[in-house]
Amino acid sequence: MNLKLFAAIAVALTTLTINPGWADEAPAVDRSSTGGAQTLEDILARQEQLKMDERFRSENLGNAANATPITAPLGTLGGLSNADIYRAIRYDKIALTTQARGPAADVLIQDGGMPWYKLRQGPMINYGGGALLAMLALLLVFYLVRGKIRIEGGPAGTTIERFKAIERFGHWLLAGSFIALGITGLITLMGRKLLLPLLGPEVFAALAAGSKWIHNNIAWAFMLGLVLTFCLWVVHNIPGKLDWQWLKAGGGIFSRSHPSAKKFNAGQKIVFWTVMLLGFSVSLSGLSLLFPFELHMFAKTFALINSLLGTDLPTVLTPHEEMQYANLWHSIVAFVLMVAIIAHIYIGTVGMEGAYDAMGSGRVDLEWARQHHDLWVAEVEAKPGKGGST
Amino acid sequence: MKVMICAFVAALVIAVVAPLVLDQFGWSSAEQTSSTSVRLD
Repeated sequence: MNLKLFAAIAVALTTLTINPGWADEAPAVDRSSTGGAQTLEDILARQEQLKMDERFRSENLGNAANATPITAPLGTLGGLSNADIYRAIRYDKIALTTQARGPAADVLIQDGGMPWYKLRQGPMINYGGGALLAMLALLLVFYLVRGKIRIEGGPAGTTIERFKAIERFGHWLLAGSFIALGITGLITLMGRKLLLPLLGPEVFAALAAGSKWIHNNIAWAFMLGLVLTFCLWVVHNIPGKLDWQWLKAGGGIFSRSHPSAKKFNAGQKIVFWTVMLLGFSVSLSGLSLLFPFELHMFAKTFALINSLLGTDLPTVLTPHEEMQYANLWHSIVAFVLMVAIIAHIYIGTVGMEGAYDAMGSGRVDLEWARQHHDLWVAEVEAKPGKGGST
Repeated sequence: MKVMICAFVAALVIAVVAPLVLDQFGWSSAEQTSSTSVRLD
């Protein structure tokens, strides 16, 4: 209980520490040189995420009654003003034909860019990065409190085959590509804010371009690893009554007991399904980003959610909005996955004696196996000549 | 350990081969969103 309380406080403090204050007010801008229209200072202030008074634009929409008559020189618009037309363009309410080809070419203005940029550069970095740091801090505390989970009575000295080569290959294909994707994804998301000031533009440009190449192309290895491990392990990860008993015992982590488990215990099944479901989701949004404007998923998803929950999510999205949602969702899911995988890496390496061998050599100590997967050991030993101990 | 290194090498090979294969299918996003009148380089 104390540990939970401490974890909650740690998360709250971490969030508060890295959460920026409210945006500063933009300085007053002299727009006399532009006749009251937007200036370069306005654009730069918006990019700096300063709080702006937008009324100089939002209340300056023109007046159709003052438009030049169509019969007058240059009066080509008749009763329509430029403001009317540009407002229609801005909100995608005008029929356009363009010479440029592409699925999004006929949307000339889409004003979701800055909110998307602000969300991505602000809360996404702060809360996502905060979650990663909080998980690392939590694991450090856990390690200090619980220590390394040892094999009770020491190792038996004999081993049993835990995972075949194809299983380990699938695991490392997925794991290696995921770590590469995680690091390059973090560079892509946070680099401009955190690394550019440290490295300078030339070094960071090379790093960012390299990260983009790796991220875009190693994604295929991740998807292949995801499919491979799903096919290999789904049978062993179907939830059962035994899992509920394992969960009620908390996996024996604090009671220092060893609840029975087959090949995978309930904790491992949770990791499996987290990786599979979130991995599938992050792959879909990643494909949407790899092939811009080709996979429109969010309007349909929002419509489905509205019909199920009675919510009022937007169901008519421009191609650009689809991309913005895909990008945000991709980051959110990736952060959740990273948080879960950090815990998985901890328990598979420094957190538990003998656990790494399962994916390292494929053979684990027999005593370790009996303590953590007793029913699986019994199954293996009941099959003559299969996975026997040496 | 050998299996782990094999998997990492496989991931790298897939990463190198994937864009070459995709370009063969005409899946380059640069080509998808341009017309013949647009010069890309």
